[in-house]
Amino acid sequence: MPLDIYLNVAVSGLLTGLVYGLMALGLSVIFGVVRVVNFAHGEMMTIAMYIAIVLFQAFGFDPLVMMVPIAGVLFALGYAMQAGLINPFVDRPEHSQFMLLVAVAIIMVNALLLIFGPDARSVQTTYAFDSFAFGRIIVDATKVYAGCAAIIVAAALFAFFRFSDLGKAIRACADNYTGALVVGLNVKRLYALTFGLGAACVGAAGSMLVLIIDVTPPLGPQYTLLAFVIVITGGLGSMPGALLGGVLIGMTEALAGLMFTPSAKSMFAFAILVLVLLFRPQGILGKRAS
Amino acid sequence: MSPVLEGVPKRALVLIAALLVALIVAPLFANDYLLTILILILYFAYVGQAWNIMMGFAGQLSLGHAIYVGLGAYTSAALYVHFGVGPWIGLLVAIPVAMACGAIIGFLAFRFGVAGVYFAILTIAFAEFARIGFDHLRFVGGSAGFFLPVAQYTHNDLWNLRGKPAMFYYVILALTIAAFLLCHLLLRSRMGYFWLAIREDEEAARALGIDTFRYKMAAVVISAGMTAVAGVIFAFYYNNLFPEQVFHISRSIEIILAPIIGGIGTLFGPVLGAFVLTGLSEGMTELLYALGIDVPGAKQVFYGICLLVVVMALPDGIWPWLARRLGLERRT
Repeated sequence: MPLDIYLNVAVSGLLTGLVYGLMALGLSVIFGVVRVVNFAHGEMMTIAMYIAIVLFQAFGFDPLVMMVPIAGVLFALGYAMQAGLINPFVDRPEHSQFMLLVAVAIIMVNALLLIFGPDARSVQTTYAFDSFAFGRIIVDATKVYAGCAAIIVAAALFAFFRFSDLGKAIRACADNYTGALVVGLNVKRLYALTFGLGAACVGAAGSMLVLIIDVTPPLGPQYTLLAFVIVITGGLGSMPGALLGGVLIGMTEALAGLMFTPSAKSMFAFAILVLVLLFRPQGILGKRAS
Repeated sequence: MSPVLEGVPKRALVLIAALLVALIVAPLFANDYLLTILILILYFAYVGQAWNIMMGFAGQLSLGHAIYVGLGAYTSAALYVHFGVGPWIGLLVAIPVAMACGAIIGFLAFRFGVAGVYFAILTIAFAEFARIGFDHLRFVGGSAGFFLPVAQYTHNDLWNLRGKPAMFYYVILALTIAAFLLCHLLLRSRMGYFWLAIREDEEAARALGIDTFRYKMAAVVISAGMTAVAGVIFAFYYNNLFPEQVFHISRSIEIILAPIIGGIGTLFGPVLGAFVLTGLSEGMTELLYALGIDVPGAKQVFYGICLLVVVMALPDGIWPWLARRLGLERRT
């Protein structure tokens, strides 16, 4: 019996971890190309979550169905942020970029607070309490849907970067900035596209996560930190690394919450982060910077 | 001229003297509300100055300075509550504790070649680790908070730091002045020049024979120790400590806003930034109150927008721009 509990919790952590991974994937893509750390990442996700909640409460739209339009809205937000605010900061020192995005994050958190108030909100779908049984493992239906959706979105993004011309052009910018300029790529526009794509990942992840957890405005900074932990564990700039890191951190947190106390679970995530930074600073799947 | 004043323009000296006099006589004119704001400003000026040693001088971006404030606060508070040890003796324990913590973080990071963004995130990780750790530390109250005994004080007890805001004001003013002078001397010292070399180009600094590991460690340890002093004052001024507040990432961000907005790597930057930001924040509270707007978040949104405008318009901070305008640049 105890083993069943551990297995159940591990699977549930794995599925949540996939959604975390998708969120972190957005951060990783942005850093990998634009070389800017998005300190407003979690805040952007809470925006997506609130959009999902508003759509659900006003029109009864299912967040999973709304995933695509919400990702589209976040894409537009990300594109606008990069084109309007961040592009001039690309060559500035890290602390300057950090300051800019912290200011954006402060505005986002408090604008949400202003509009929606401090109370926690959630979405109650008809399938909220359904579950699937795989032998002795029982998992929430919402988590299965969310996990599968995360894999689909991530796969689409992989395919985009691997096979489409636009994706190849973006990878060229990441590999060699000057070279990309020389062959005539509009790097600033591609940066904006990349930031938009990263934001779209966050938008998709947010519309899935809203099924799993309640949202409050201060959740933003927490998820920014979580995204950092995940991408650094997996390898900043590595796409499979982000998913792997998400799964690892999701399972660690779930199991630590079960074995110790839930309030201490993030400590284990941070402990993993410290260990990774010390012994494999490029992350589990990252390549060492030359 | 003495080495302390060497190269400082006359106009700057007059400005410093005027500011000092104004700050010293301020409690005679200010009411308690204004005084608490001034205490807050000086607190941020002081910790900003301490943080600036690490980032502004040696170029190491720490986003987890709340850990040193928290360690200083909790160490001295625990000594006071559990063992009856006064804050000034507690300080002698709190400073080494924070320095040791800084040394551990610095050692791990610099030995293993963790730099740039990765270093910044490592410092966040340690601060978050401490936050969650202290949440579960029963000895100092855990997440329920840790409280120092409070009473209505009729006289100021400087030895135990129990008293009225005016006393705290002068304590933190003295600290801010001391920190300013220390940073001034550090910048003009041999080590200060090594730090600037490391900040500008670490590879080149090492090629010139500077022991970069040693001087980066020195920056972290000095900065941590100085920050811990602010933590001790913080504990005895507020009398309550919650890990969720003391160690939170937003505290670390608050600490670094003043020097970045004021002008990173400058001596006046942290002071100016603290005045501008705290003034802005409090001014907005007053303004919104006067306008009858009482919604959570409204103030911070405006604050964020102001921050954004300053960062975009003056990427080097306000002080370098202001100094040029006033003709106060140091003659070199």
